Amino acid sequence: MKPAPFKYFAPTSVAEVLELLAEYGYDAKILAGGQSLVPMMNFRLVQPEVIVDINNIPELAQIQPNGKSIRIGAMVRHRQAEKDPQIQELAPLIHETMPQIATVQIRNRGTIGGSLSHADSSAELVVVSTALKAEFKIRSQAGERVVPARDFFVGLLMTVMEPQELLVEISVPALPARSGWSLKEIARRPHDFALMGVAAVLTLDKKDRCQEARLVYLSAGDGPVAAPEAANMLQGEELSAELIAAAAQKASSDEIDPGGDIHATAEFRRHLANVLTRRALEEAYQRARKDQRS
Amino acid sequence: MENTFNISLTVNGVAYQKEVDPRRLLSDFLRHDLGLTGTHVGCEHGVCGACTILLDGAAVRSCLIFAPQVHGREITTVEGLGTIDDLHPLQEAFREAHALQCGFCTPGILTSLIPYLEENPHPSEQEIREAISGNLCRCTGYQHIIDAVKIAAENMGSS
Repeated sequence: MKPAPFKYFAPTSVAEVLELLAEYGYDAKILAGGQSLVPMMNFRLVQPEVIVDINNIPELAQIQPNGKSIRIGAMVRHRQAEKDPQIQELAPLIHETMPQIATVQIRNRGTIGGSLSHADSSAELVVVSTALKAEFKIRSQAGERVVPARDFFVGLLMTVMEPQELLVEISVPALPARSGWSLKEIARRPHDFALMGVAAVLTLDKKDRCQEARLVYLSAGDGPVAAPEAANMLQGEELSAELIAAAAQKASSDEIDPGGDIHATAEFRRHLANVLTRRALEEAYQRARKDQRS
Repeated sequence: MENTFNISLTVNGVAYQKEVDPRRLLSDFLRHDLGLTGTHVGCEHGVCGACTILLDGAAVRSCLIFAPQVHGREITTVEGLGTIDDLHPLQEAFREAHALQCGFCTPGILTSLIPYLEENPHPSEQEIREAISGNLCRCTGYQHIIDAVKIAAENMGSS
């Protein structure tokens, strides 16, 4: 169980990376933290001819607050994000998500950009970045484009990125005043892949009515699965326990499409989604009511 | 070999220089090229934790890193923690609590716990269980491991 031979490059600038990607295209694979790619290479599920290691490019590992948003470089490691006070302040949901991702040994290597580019539908960051309406900055020799999270993920382990493109950073907008958030998930063992999970983000108006709500699920389909109809049920309303339960019912029975496997049946996953949605909305609601920012 | 790389690095305080194939996993590099067989290889896909080492002080899976990636870096393996005559307090606690049966998972658990106890010198039992959740012990000896960590935390805290 060893990786097949490959040609290895360790460029020190983004320009060099883009040059290599332009040259090798589909034959090249970018190596970020390697916590998903290297297992697949060890199993020989993937056998890239060329590995472009982007671990030696400091400009990709920066965290820059930018007024009402925070830019997080693709090579920022989970552990770095977990401990960063600026992320804690401007993107508290990301801060709170980090310890729920895999084990610390994996988080010491795994990167934000790697997780998002891998686009595993059970990955917390995929779901959280969608719920937070993050924007993805993608670069190639042809130029740069910015893609909103909802358009970035296009299917099972697939993103909009072309083989010659590199994800350089994401930009996460700070939530407006009177906002709350929550990520709830269930795994069989701590830090294992979650059987089901949901990120909830909501904003209240001055009278504590829900102005905007977003619900996005993990392990519920081929990519991050949003539940816009359930979210719409909350709009303009006070969040009573009955309304929260009705929205959770709607999302879990009509809007998600979880599969069944040896770990859990689809039906059980829908049940988990129902319970987790209620918990997530209640937590997000309590946080929004306590949010003192103006 | 074509496409090989010359790397220099420090392992347990000793400087090494070696030529490596890029697909050489760090776990295999340590075992086969440097003869440091204390680092164990279990699953080779980042789940079992047996190959955990310290890379610049941080616990990482050595089976998920290619050897050229550690050029210029500092590594500590289980061999670097203590000697037979002068065990690390954590190793001493493992001996005291009989926290190893076959010993296969032990190196990875020790290296995982060194930075953990530095950051969390007084963990609760639940926190200890979480801290070792990335390391599989198939002797099912977790209870003694948890006892050992409690002893180590106590001893290391007072020293």
